[in-house]
Amino acid sequence: MSVLPYLVAAWICVVGLYGVVTSKHLVHLALCLTVTQSSTYVLLLAIGYVEGGGPPVFKGVKLGTTAVDPVVQALTLTDIVVSLTVLALILALALDVHKRAETMDPDEIAEIAS
Amino acid sequence: MSWLLPVPVVVPLLAAALNTALDHVSPKWLHSVITLGGIGTAFGFSIAILVESMSSEPLHWFGGWEPRSGVSIGIAFAVDPIAGGAAVMVCALTLAALVYSLTFIDSEKRSYDVLMATVCAAVCGFVFSADLFNIFVWLELVGVAGYALTGFDIQRVRALHGALNFAIVNTVGGYFVLLGIALLYARTGALNLAQIGRTLSGEPATAAVIVAMTLITVGFLCKAAVVPFHFWLPDAYAVAPAPVCLLLAGILTDAGLFGVARVWFTVFDAPFGGEQRLVGDTFLWIGLVTALVGGAMALAQRNLKRVLAYSVVCHIGIIFAGVGMLSTMGLAGAALTVVAHGFVTGGLFLLAGILVVRPRVPWLAPVWLIGAVALVGPPYVGSYIGHSLIDDAAVELHRHWPQPLLWLAGTLAGAALIREGIRAFVRDEHDDDELEEHRDANVPLLATVATVLVVLGCATSLVPGLVQRAAAGADRFRDRAGYADRVLHGEPMKTTPHLPVTLHHSTTTTIAYAIGSLVLAVGIGVGGRRRLRILQPAAAALRAVHAGAVGDYVMWIVVGTAVIGGAWAIALR
Repeated sequence: MSVLPYLVAAWICVVGLYGVVTSKHLVHLALCLTVTQSSTYVLLLAIGYVEGGGPPVFKGVKLGTTAVDPVVQALTLTDIVVSLTVLALILALALDVHKRAETMDPDEIAEIAS
Repeated sequence: MSWLLPVPVVVPLLAAALNTALDHVSPKWLHSVITLGGIGTAFGFSIAILVESMSSEPLHWFGGWEPRSGVSIGIAFAVDPIAGGAAVMVCALTLAALVYSLTFIDSEKRSYDVLMATVCAAVCGFVFSADLFNIFVWLELVGVAGYALTGFDIQRVRALHGALNFAIVNTVGGYFVLLGIALLYARTGALNLAQIGRTLSGEPATAAVIVAMTLITVGFLCKAAVVPFHFWLPDAYAVAPAPVCLLLAGILTDAGLFGVARVWFTVFDAPFGGEQRLVGDTFLWIGLVTALVGGAMALAQRNLKRVLAYSVVCHIGIIFAGVGMLSTMGLAGAALTVVAHGFVTGGLFLLAGILVVRPRVPWLAPVWLIGAVALVGPPYVGSYIGHSLIDDAAVELHRHWPQPLLWLAGTLAGAALIREGIRAFVRDEHDDDELEEHRDANVPLLATVATVLVVLGCATSLVPGLVQRAAAGADRFRDRAGYADRVLHGEPMKTTPHLPVTLHHSTTTTIAYAIGSLVLAVGIGVGGRRRLRILQPAAAALRAVHAGAVGDYVMWIVVGTAVIGGAWAIALR
């Protein structure tokens, strides 16, 4: 079992969080959140992967054929939908902030808001 | 009776969908009728579910996918009394918020009603669900509706800033929960809580389970605003409209702690049950720090809603410390504190909202002061009963140092509330950035809703028999093996003896702490602002840390996760 996908997932998560922490632009921050979210996809799909397994389609296929786990694929799709909603909301809020405050820098917005 | 269970979730969602469909083609009053009707129905059914859950465990498997020989692949709703009580509370608070909003929110946007109904449905789903990934989905839905409601006043940069901080911090928390769920699925192949717990109980724990526990707990604690994941809370609560704050403070933030407790008692109790004292102590220490930070920061605020926000942080700390006792009394105390605190703080937020539309209302000062005193918890008023049970739980563990610290934290928050309340209601000093006097709101209606909530919260300590039922509910919440039997095998509950209907007897120490806290809180509150020279550097440092940049908040999340994860990894191997 290869450890590589799990290391990749951990790296993507950390890089995404680094981007969120040091971000100077709200749209960049929202996209770094998407990067962090991608780490959850990689982890889920790596967990479900079976060496030599085919796609999880079982109609007309011989009994006993190896297939990858469909549950994690369903979890990934749900995760994409949920996070899409949150991302859309964050971008809408960021656009409204730009309209009122003329800036997209989180630190400057914190200054204006306090 | 299993068909009852999806109703409090489905009916508000249908009301929200109907509102969206009729968005531009019908008058505003129809939208209010639809939403109030939907939430009212949900409220009625949630009471029926709560009554049913006292004597049996209502169980609903979606799509009829029942478990076979103890293995489940479907998604279930399973309700115990604490979950039932939480659902009743969210429906009641949403009703109160909607009635208040009828005259308070005069925007033409229908999205407000839709979002409120979604929040109610999602919290009901969150507390009913017995499937870990389903809990994550409801958590995210609660979050999204909450972020949108917080930033509802899009004309003001402060509101947008608060909503953005709320959204970003809680989204990172949600991703951590999902990573933990993925690791648990990898280890056990199951997503049903009872199934995961049963699979993990056979063997010793591995590193993956410890990492999963850290990630899931931290994710829920980001929602619950526990130190050091709490920085978003004052930013969000200070700018959300008053009825939204009612919901946030009343039940949304407490839902995070419900999540931590639920996952611990059904899943992680299995591999780590032997070291539960270590995990419980982690919760206890974090709760204590949260309570003290909340109380201290509350004293440093001048804005009424920010004081209330830090008071919420303080009480979240007390509730989490109660959960950390990991005993029946501790859980029951935490649950009753949630009830009392939710109603009283919600009422106080509504009163603060009245100040936005009518700055001079000195006749509401007594209601505010009664609410603030109820949060401190003098004998048999408000949150007293919850604090008393938490004290009893600490004594059961042979500890005598958490009690004075928790009472002190509550005192500090209460004193800050009394002081700012006197400033705002009696002396009419306001920060003018929020005044909108031109709005014609029905102030007697607003005041009535707020007063009813405060009175209900104060009365929590006086309901006879509530403690015994809360303790019975907490017993069922903690019973991992029994929960697995009921959910996976459909075994009926053992009949419980008839519970007495009496008031709880608390120890003399608790009564002494309560009276002392009341005296101290009133003394500090009435005494006004004094600057203690010795405390200035600490106060300045604390205030600088709470400054608004979201990158710093996420950095604290990472640091907190590393510390908690590192401590557990070393100690639990």
